[in-house]
Amino acid sequence: METLSFRLSASTRAGGTRMQAIVGVVASGNLEVLLERAAPADSCMIDITTAAHGFGAVWEAVVRDFVDRRPAGGLRISINDGGARPDTVALRLAQGVRKIEEPER
Amino acid sequence: MSDWGMQKAALGERLAAGQRHANGKVVPIPSLPAFLKSVIRSGDRVCLEGDNQKQADILASSLANLDPAEISDLHMVQSGIVLPSHLDIFEKGIARRLDFSYSGPQSARIARMLFGGKIELGAVHTYLELFARYFIDLTPNVALIAAVSADKDGNLYTGPNTEDTPTVVEATSYKNGLVVAQVTEIVDKVPRVDIPGDLVHFVVEAGRPFYVEPLFTRDPAAITETQILTAMLAIKGIYAPYGVRRLNHGIGFNTAAIELLLPTYGEKLGLKGKVCTHFALNPHPTLIPAIEAGWVEQIHSFGSEVGMEDYVAARPDVFFTGPDGSLRSNRAFCQTAGLYACDMFIGSTLQIDLEGHSSTVTTSRIAGFGGAPNMGSDPRGRRHPSEPWLKAGAEAAPGSDAALRRGRKLVVQIGETFGERNAPLFVERLDALELASALKLDLAPVMVYSDDVTHIVTEEGIANLLMCRDKDEREQAIRGVAGYTDIGRARDPKLVEKLRARGVIRRPEDLGIDPLDADRRLLAARSIKDLMLASGGLYRPPSRFRNW
Amino acid sequence: MTAATANTDSLSWYEASARQRIDALVDPGSFVEFIGPEQREMSPHLAIFDLPEQFDDGIVIGRGRLDSSPVFVAAQEGRFMGGAFGEVHGAKLTGLLRAARTLRQDVLILFDTGGVRLQEANAGELAIAEIMRAIVEARRAGVNVIGVIGGRAGCYGGGSLIAGTCSRLIVSEQGRISVSGPEVIETNKGIEEFDSRDRALVWRTMGGKHRYLIGGADAFVDDEAQAVRQAAIDALEVTRGYGVANLEAEQSRLERRLQRFGAARDAVDVWQALGIDKPTDIPALPTDAFLAAANNRENADDAR
Repeated sequence: METLSFRLSASTRAGGTRMQAIVGVVASGNLEVLLERAAPADSCMIDITTAAHGFGAVWEAVVRDFVDRRPAGGLRISINDGGARPDTVALRLAQGVRKIEEPER
Repeated sequence: MSDWGMQKAALGERLAAGQRHANGKVVPIPSLPAFLKSVIRSGDRVCLEGDNQKQADILASSLANLDPAEISDLHMVQSGIVLPSHLDIFEKGIARRLDFSYSGPQSARIARMLFGGKIELGAVHTYLELFARYFIDLTPNVALIAAVSADKDGNLYTGPNTEDTPTVVEATSYKNGLVVAQVTEIVDKVPRVDIPGDLVHFVVEAGRPFYVEPLFTRDPAAITETQILTAMLAIKGIYAPYGVRRLNHGIGFNTAAIELLLPTYGEKLGLKGKVCTHFALNPHPTLIPAIEAGWVEQIHSFGSEVGMEDYVAARPDVFFTGPDGSLRSNRAFCQTAGLYACDMFIGSTLQIDLEGHSSTVTTSRIAGFGGAPNMGSDPRGRRHPSEPWLKAGAEAAPGSDAALRRGRKLVVQIGETFGERNAPLFVERLDALELASALKLDLAPVMVYSDDVTHIVTEEGIANLLMCRDKDEREQAIRGVAGYTDIGRARDPKLVEKLRARGVIRRPEDLGIDPLDADRRLLAARSIKDLMLASGGLYRPPSRFRNW
Repeated sequence: MTAATANTDSLSWYEASARQRIDALVDPGSFVEFIGPEQREMSPHLAIFDLPEQFDDGIVIGRGRLDSSPVFVAAQEGRFMGGAFGEVHGAKLTGLLRAARTLRQDVLILFDTGGVRLQEANAGELAIAEIMRAIVEARRAGVNVIGVIGGRAGCYGGGSLIAGTCSRLIVSEQGRISVSGPEVIETNKGIEEFDSRDRALVWRTMGGKHRYLIGGADAFVDDEAQAVRQAAIDALEVTRGYGVANLEAEQSRLERRLQRFGAARDAVDVWQALGIDKPTDIPALPTDAFLAAANNRENADDAR
C-alpha cells in the first residue's frame, strides 16, 4: 500500500452541518471517501491509502482540481483506494461533498 | 485457339470428383474428409465461412484435418478468423496466405502466428472492402458456407444469421467456383429460400446447428456511472443538436448506456421521434426498452444476436423479416446502409492519438477491423442531403458556398479517459505503429482515421473536431477532454479555455449536466433479466448472461 | 406496449450498498450507527498482506426503527472482500447480537457474504461460531433474528450456516444460499458435476426461488428495497419460541425432504416432484406468478 497526504488551501467552506459523510466502497477499481469536519475552514486535508503504486502526480492533479472546483474548506478527507481510475476518484469526492452538505433529518 | 471455358471445365472436374462421395448433392458426414480432399486443389483460394457471428465449424475442422502432404498452399479469404481451427489450417501448413477482416477471439494467436511467419498476410480489410475484392481479385475457387437447412436440390435457408452468405455465394458460384454448404438438417421444403439451389453444389448435413458467437450482448449490470455520464453527454450534446435519426452504434458499454438512456433521459429531453428512429444495427438486447417504448421505427441488421430470434420475429414492423417470420440479415447490404444512409457512427476504441487517429490494436493483439471503418468513415460518394449531414458540413467549412459544400458524416469516438486495467485512452503514439514496423506492414492498422473523426466524447466533455481550424487547435481539443491521462495533464489550459468559449469543447456543466446525476437508476434496464422482462419474455439470453 | 421508465423511485437490493440498504429499510432518519467509520476500527490482518482496508471492515451495525418499532440492524458490504467475515467484522456482529439479547431487541441481518476471509481464517471461523451461539442465545431469550439475502455476494460458507440459525429468512430471486460456492463444487467434484459458469444452473440450484420452494427461506420478495422492508415488518410480527422441540421438528423435516427429493438430479426434478405444473418455467416467472406456482412448496416454518 502507498500513502499520500495533501494539505491544500480551500477558498470555499463546505456547506451544511453534518459532521461526517462516507461514500463508496473499497473494491477493485473503486474507493471509499470519508469526509469529516476536522480541518480549519480555509483548508482541506486529504489522506490517501492506495493499492496502486506510483500515481502520486495523478492524485495530486485530481485533488487539486477537486479543491479548486468544489467547496471543500474545513474538511479532513480520508480515502481507502482499491485502484480506482481518476474519473471515479473525482466522482466520489464530488459525491462526498454533496452528501456532507445534505440537510440533517 | 484460345479456350474460353477453362474455369468451367475445372469446375466440371471438381463436381465429378465430389460426386463420387455424394448422393445427389448430399455428402454424408463420414465421407466429408475424402470429399473435401477430392474437390480442393493445392493453391486454391478458399472462402471458409467465418463470419462475424456464424461459423461453418464442421467444414472448418474437416479442412484443418486434411493432410498437408496432399493439400497445401491454400489462400484463405474470409471475413472472420474466429475458431481455433481457422488458425490450425495455417499451423499445419495446409494454408499459407490470408486475407481477412476480423479476428476478435483469435486476436492474440493470430498476432503470434504473424510474428512467427506461419501466416503470409495479404491485408486486414474492412468488411465491404474484402467483399468488394471477392468480385475483383480475390474471387474464391471454393466456398465452404453455413446454413440452417437445405432441401435435396441445395436450396438453402440461412435463418436469422444470413450475414455474409449471399455475397460469398454470388462471388464464388457465378465465377465457376464450387460452393459447399454445411446445414443443420436436410428438409423436404426449406422455410424460405435464402440461396437458390442452382448456386449450391453440395450440402453436408451436420446434425447440429453451426456455432454462433453472442457478440452484441452487453450486461446492463456492468454499466458504470462514468459510462452513463458519457452517454448523457452524447445524447444531449450530439444526438439532440444534430437531430441524428439514422445511425449505427458500435459494440460497447458506452453505446449500450445510450440505448438504455433513450426511454428515460432521452424521453425527459423530449427527443422521442427526433433522434434514433432508424438504425443499421445488430439486434442489440439493450435496445429492447427503447423499441418497446416506441422510439425506433426501423432496424436493418448485419447479423442476428443469440437469444433475440423470437423477439425480432415478433417485431416485424421494426426488423426485416422473411415470409417464414424470422430475421433476414445481410452484412454487405447493412454495411452499405451504414456507410451511405446513416448520418452518424458512434463507437468505442482503445487508443486515440493527438491527431485523432484511433485504433483497437495493441502490440500483442490483432483484432482486425470488422465493419467499424466502413461505419466510421465519411462516404465521399454520398449525394443526398440530411439535416445532421449538412450541419456537420457547415461546421467544418463555414465560409464555403453551401450549395457546393459536402456534408459530413458524424463519426464519434466515445469512451472513458482510462479504460480496462487503467490503460489510458489517449496516447502519444499508437501501438498500431509499433506493430506495423515489427511486421513490416506498409500501413498501420488504424480503425478510424483522424480526418474522419468529428467528435470525441469522454467523461470530461465533448471535443468537436469539425470546428478546429488548425493542427494546434485539434491537438488541444483532444487534450482538453483527455482527463487525467498524461496527454490530458499536458494541455495548454489557456487555449483549452478559449476552445471551450467557442463551443469546440463542451463540459458537462456547459450542457446543463450535473455529473452527480449520472446514476444507474437512469438505466431503463439494469440487468439482463430486466431486458428479458421488457421483451415480454421473448428475449432468451444464453445461460452465461443469466442471473436467475 | 410497456412503457420503460427510469427506476428512480425503487432501489435494487442486489445493486445497493450496505449503507443504502439500511437507509431504505428502516424508517427515514432513524438509523444510528455503532462503531462508525470515523472510529477506524479496521482489520488488524489485511495490512500484513498489503491489502486495502475499509473503515467499517465491511459491516455496518446500529439501531433504527422499523415501522416505528426499535430494531438492531447489521448489513454486510458484499463488494468489500466479497463481504467475508474477518475478526473485526465478526466481532461487530457478535456484539450487536449480545446487546440484542440483553436489551430484548429484534435484529435484522442483511447478509452479503462469500464466507470467511482467507487472510484471517482462524479469527473468521471463530467469529462464525460465536455469532451462531449469540443468535441461539438471543432467540432463546425471545428475540427475533431475521436474515435478508439478496446481495451480489449471496450468502455462502459460514454466512449460510449463520443464516440457518435465524428465526426467519427473507430471500429475493438474486439471493443465493449455499455452504459451498459454485467454483468450490466445480473444483472438488468436476465440471461434469457442476459447471460454475452455467449461471442458469447456479441460480436454479442455489438461488432464492429454489430455496423458497424447498423450505430454505420463509419469504420471497422482489429485488426491491421497499418489498424487503415490508417483508421485514411482516416477519417481526410473529415471535416463536426456540428449544429442543423446534430442533427435533427441523431434523425430521430435513429427513423427510431428503427422502422426497434425494434422487433428484436437478432442481427442476425437485420442482416437478413438488407438483409444479410447468417446472421449467419457474426461473422466468415474475414474482406474483411464481408465488402462485409455489403454493405447494415445502414448509419452512418448523425450525424457525
